Amino acid sequence: MYLIKCRPALYAVNYKKEDYMSGNKTSFNFKDDKDFIKLSRQKSFVSIVLTILELFFYFGFISLIAFNKQFLSSMLTERITVGIPIAVGVIVMSWILTGIYVYWANNTYDVLVKKVKDKVEG
Amino acid sequence: MAQSIIGQVHPVSIAFFFLFVLSTLCITYWAAKRTRTTKEFYAAGRSITGFQNGLALAGDYMSAASFLGIAGLVSTKGYDGLIYSVGWLVGWPIVMFLIAEPLRNLGKYTFADVVAYRLKRMPIRTSAAAGSLVTVLFYLIAQMVGAGTLIKLMFGLPYEYAIVIVGCLMIAYVLFGGMLATTWVQIIKAVLLLGGATVLVILTLSKFGFNYGELFGSASQKYGPEFLQPGGLVTNPVDAISLGLALMFGTAGLPHILMRFYTVPDAKEARKSVFYATGFIGYFYILTVTIGFGAAVLVGKKVIMAIDKGGNMAAPLLAEALGGHVFLGFLAAVAFATILAVVAGLTLAGASALSHDLYAGVFRRGQANEKDEVKVAKIATIGLGVSAMLLGILFKGQNVAFMVGLAFAVAASANFPALLMSIMWKKFSTSGAVASIWTGLILAAGLIIISPTVWVDIVHSSEKAAVEKQISEAEAQSKAKVETLEKAAADPKAISDEKAALGAMKKELASKMPQAPFPLKNPGLISMGAAFLIGIIVSLLSSEPEAQEKFEKEKLRAYIGIGSE
Repeated sequence: MYLIKCRPALYAVNYKKEDYMSGNKTSFNFKDDKDFIKLSRQKSFVSIVLTILELFFYFGFISLIAFNKQFLSSMLTERITVGIPIAVGVIVMSWILTGIYVYWANNTYDVLVKKVKDKVEG
Repeated sequence: MAQSIIGQVHPVSIAFFFLFVLSTLCITYWAAKRTRTTKEFYAAGRSITGFQNGLALAGDYMSAASFLGIAGLVSTKGYDGLIYSVGWLVGWPIVMFLIAEPLRNLGKYTFADVVAYRLKRMPIRTSAAAGSLVTVLFYLIAQMVGAGTLIKLMFGLPYEYAIVIVGCLMIAYVLFGGMLATTWVQIIKAVLLLGGATVLVILTLSKFGFNYGELFGSASQKYGPEFLQPGGLVTNPVDAISLGLALMFGTAGLPHILMRFYTVPDAKEARKSVFYATGFIGYFYILTVTIGFGAAVLVGKKVIMAIDKGGNMAAPLLAEALGGHVFLGFLAAVAFATILAVVAGLTLAGASALSHDLYAGVFRRGQANEKDEVKVAKIATIGLGVSAMLLGILFKGQNVAFMVGLAFAVAASANFPALLMSIMWKKFSTSGAVASIWTGLILAAGLIIISPTVWVDIVHSSEKAAVEKQISEAEAQSKAKVETLEKAAADPKAISDEKAALGAMKKELASKMPQAPFPLKNPGLISMGAAFLIGIIVSLLSSEPEAQEKFEKEKLRAYIGIGSE
C-alpha cells in the first residue's frame, strides 16, 4: 500500500506486468523479443569478458611474483624496478575496466534497455 | 627528528576530533527526521546519487587498518606491501561486472532479497542472514580491536575507553540517523581521508622534487635494491591464489558493501557508483603506498618500528615530520573518523540482516508492518553495537588479523556463490542455495581454524615462537663462528662446512615447527569452490520448476529494472 500511495507510476508498471503473468495476450512477450535476447546476450558477454580480463590481470601479476621474481626485480630505469609500475598498473587497469563497462552500458546497453522497456510498458 | 608526540593526548587532535563528532552528530540529528520508514532506515530513501554513493562506498571500504596498516607494511617491507595493497582493489571490478546492477534491480534492502527472489523465502532468508551475520561480526570484531589498539597508540587513550567511544558513536549514527546519517559519515570520512592522504603525499613528494624516481632511488639507496623487489610475501602460489580469490570475490559478498547499492535510485546510478568507488579506492591505495615509501625514507624503519612493531604509525609519524603537530592531529582525527564510518556501515548491515531477513522475512513470514520492522532494526542496532563493544574488550590484545581474512573468506564462499547463481543460473534451487551457503560458511570457518593462520600462529603460537627462537640462536652462533673463521683466514672449506651445518640444523628445526592440518593460510579456494560445486549438484538433484518458471521474469527485472523498487 505504501508504494502505491507514493509512486503511482510504479504501480502502473506492476499492473501491466501482472497482465502478462496472467497470460493476457495483448501483453508484450519479451522471451522471444529480439531486442531482449540481444540485450541479455550482450550483457552476459561483456560482463564475462571483462571479469576474465580482470582475473587475468590480477592472477597474472600473482603468477609473476610466484614464478618470475627476477623479471619484476629487474630495473626499468636506473631507480625503479619493473615490478612497481606493474603493480600500480593492475590498480589502474582495474579502474579502466570499470570505466569501459560504464561507457558501454551508458551508450549501448541503456539504449537497448529503453527500447525493451518501452515495448513492455506499451 | 624532534621527539614525537604520538601516543599523547594532544589539544589539536582533540579539537579536530570534536569538530568531526559535532558535525556528524548534527547530520545525524538532521537525518533522524528523515528516518522513519524502512526505506529510509535501510536505504536512505534511495536518495543518494551515484557520485555520493561512490564516495560512501569508498568510505565504507577504506578502513583505518588499511590506511595505517598498508602504509606501515610498505614502510617496513617495501614492495611486498605494494603487492598486498593491490589485492584489496581487484574485487571492485567484479562487483561492477557481475553484481551491482542485478542486485539493485532485484532486491530491496539486503542481498538475501535477491537470492530469495524466486526461491523459497524462509530457508533462504535464514541461511543468507547467517552468512551476513558471520561476515559482519568477524569484520566488526577485527575493526573494534584495531580501533582500540590504534587509538591507544595515537592518542594514548586507554583501550577500553576507545572501544566505548567508538561503540557509542556508531550506535548513535545508526540508531537515530539510519542509512542517511551513515552515508554522510562515510562521505565526510572519505573526503577527509583522501584529502589528508593527498596533502601528505604532496608534502612527501616535495622532498623529492616531485619525482617518484627520486623517492624510489632514495629508498633503495637506504635499504638496498631488495626493498623495491618482491620478497617473502608470495612463497606458495596456491596460497596466494586462495587469498586472492577470497579478496576478489569476498568484496562482492560483503553485506555492508552490497547494501549500499540500494541507496541509489536505479541501476544506472549503481553502476556509476562502482566506477567512482573503484577510482577513489585505487587512488587511495596508490597514495598509501607512496606514504609508506616516504615514511621509510624520511622517518626510517627503525623509528617506525620502535613505536609499533607492525609499522602502524608510519603515516602519522610521516605527517608529524612533514606537517608538524597540527597535521598529525588532523590525521589522527581522520583515522578515528575512518574507524567510525566503517563500523557504522557494518552495524547497519548486521542490523538489517536481523530485522529485514530474520524478523520480517522469517519470523513474520514477510508480513511485518513498517513500524515494527524499523523498531526491531533499532533494537538490533543497539544489540549489535553493545556486543561489538563487549567482544572488542574481550579480544583485547588477541591476534585478530585472521578475522578479516575469515570475513572475506565467508563472504566469498557463503554469500557470493549463492548470489551469483541466483542471478545467473536458471536451474538454481532452494535446496541448492541453502546447501551452497552452509557449505561455504562451515568450510570457510572450519578450515581457517585448522589452517596455519590460526592453528600455528594462535593455537600453537608458543611452540612456533620456541622453534623460531632456536633457529635465530643457531643462526647467530653460526654467524659468529663464520666470522671468527674468516678473521683467522681459515680454509674456505671450513667456512662452507659451517654454513652447510647451519642449513642442516635449520632444516631439522623447521621440521619441529607445528604443522597445521590444512595447508593454506586462507581457505577461499577450497571453500568457495565447494560452495559452487555443492550448489550446482544439489540444484540439479532437486529441480524446482516454480523457480525455473520465474527465472525469465527475474531476468527481465534484473536487466531492465521493470518492477524494481
